[in-house]
Amino acid sequence: MSDLHKLGLKEVLDGVKNKTFSCEELVRETLSVCEEKSELNSFIVLDKEGALNKAKELDRKIAQEEAVGALAGALVGVKDIICVKGLKNTCASKMLENFVPPYNATVVSRLLSEDAIVIGKTNTDEFACGGSTETSFFGVTKNPYDLERVAGGSSGGSAVAVSADLCTFALGTDTGGSIRQPASFCNVYGLKPSYGLVSRSGVVSMASSWDTIGHFAKSVEDLATVLNIIAGKDRKDSTSVEKTSDDYREFLGRGVSGVKIGVPEEYFAEGVEAETSEIVKGRILELEKQGAEIVPISLSMTKYALSVYYISMPAELSANLERFDGVRYGHKPKEYSDIVDYYFKARGEGFGAEIKRRIITGTYVLSAGYYDAYYKKAQKVRGLIIEDFKKAFEKCDVLIAPVSPFPAFKIGEKADNPLGMYMADILTIPVSAGGFPSLACPAGFSKDGLPIGLQIIGPYLGEGKCIRVADAISI
Amino acid sequence: MIDEKDVLHMGKLARIELTGDEVRKFSKDLSAVFEYMEVLNEVNTDDLPEISQVNGLSSVFEEDVVVASDCLPAELLSQSQNPVELNQIKVSKVV
Repeated sequence: MSDLHKLGLKEVLDGVKNKTFSCEELVRETLSVCEEKSELNSFIVLDKEGALNKAKELDRKIAQEEAVGALAGALVGVKDIICVKGLKNTCASKMLENFVPPYNATVVSRLLSEDAIVIGKTNTDEFACGGSTETSFFGVTKNPYDLERVAGGSSGGSAVAVSADLCTFALGTDTGGSIRQPASFCNVYGLKPSYGLVSRSGVVSMASSWDTIGHFAKSVEDLATVLNIIAGKDRKDSTSVEKTSDDYREFLGRGVSGVKIGVPEEYFAEGVEAETSEIVKGRILELEKQGAEIVPISLSMTKYALSVYYISMPAELSANLERFDGVRYGHKPKEYSDIVDYYFKARGEGFGAEIKRRIITGTYVLSAGYYDAYYKKAQKVRGLIIEDFKKAFEKCDVLIAPVSPFPAFKIGEKADNPLGMYMADILTIPVSAGGFPSLACPAGFSKDGLPIGLQIIGPYLGEGKCIRVADAISI
Repeated sequence: MIDEKDVLHMGKLARIELTGDEVRKFSKDLSAVFEYMEVLNEVNTDDLPEISQVNGLSSVFEEDVVVASDCLPAELLSQSQNPVELNQIKVSKVV
């Protein structure tokens, strides 16, 4: 077997354009690698037939010198909460086990219109709720660096698909860390864009004021190339915004001379493993040697972010998941006494434990008597967290911090301890509170050989700055 | 402290059937989570605004134009999990 499946986006696009290999060869080889590595459980659905048909169509166009799109030949894995017309969108839940969406999410339409080939739908925590894919109805995704460990989550399937060369790039979603954390656990690049930069239309909502759509790739340049295509305002998502750059690749190769890099002390404090801190600090020192200015920063509201998130997110989630009642689509109970009982059974049987736990939490914080004490309080503190970041960005261009306090943990290690699992997102959630962009970038390996990632956090719509600094690290 | 009665009541409000094990487990789990959240009481939030969105957009309007959809009614009907009659999706009796 050749190594076509290992190619990054740039190499795939060049190879297809120069006819070094055909799209069909790439698809056939990648599909056979997917079979070989099925133990990883990266995909919920593989669209073998669709991918091959699209590849053949592109090969015919290229042979006849017809115009093809900017992503012709690239194989994309799509997180299974993002709708692809005609393919199941299960949300890794029994509730939507057989649901086939009749339309494409905007982000998928944009990729398809540039001739990307969807290879399949990737595993996730149920409705993107979790940090390890252990809550998936279809079983856990395994970490390619150690099969006894989690891939991270919730976009774990997408991270593994890129890490194990099962696709060229992949789409994910990040509400509290769900792109960055699995990217760091699996040694790939992941971008959580600013809130609103990539349309949420056609993506099953978790917490609407926090949800962002982003992607995983094998290089910083590949992240920028994909961002060029998926970013920008969409009339189907009224919270979407115009992109700030026509070509995010312009930020590559600029170096970091004179760039002010903030280092938030709270992100290297107690609770963050020493090895993780040291590796990330080592990378920061390298940037200083390249001419960056290091600025110590304090983000004093950091310790409140987790509490704010676990009030605000379940509140929004419990409202968003009200629509799943099993009437028009979704899980249908077999036996019930009346319509109210039908709802109870459809939802009781269709949702897994973590979803139920979060719906109960959300219902509690929104109920009369607790609304002010929890929900309102959290929304106010959220404002203080955002102010904290805004003040920091008056002193620096970007912030650099670890993504996760520790590398990938063992499967089952935190499954019975929800609070312990929630703590895994302690360094990614504060960024999400303000809708800031953050790029996860491989930083090194632990002594046990597990990947460790850092995140480059930019001001709102400052993706270009994140890409510039990440590019300097990857050289 | 979220006791089992609270969990059952929330389950009723959210229309979710919970097993006895789930009620016991969620009561324990959520008590720990809410105890952790007590940390928010350290922060004085008097007179602060509530933040419900982050990018400052308000009153977003769109031109009222017809845009072609990639979802045709016939396709929608053909993919329905429910029976289709007279070009309508048939659902369980709800009233």
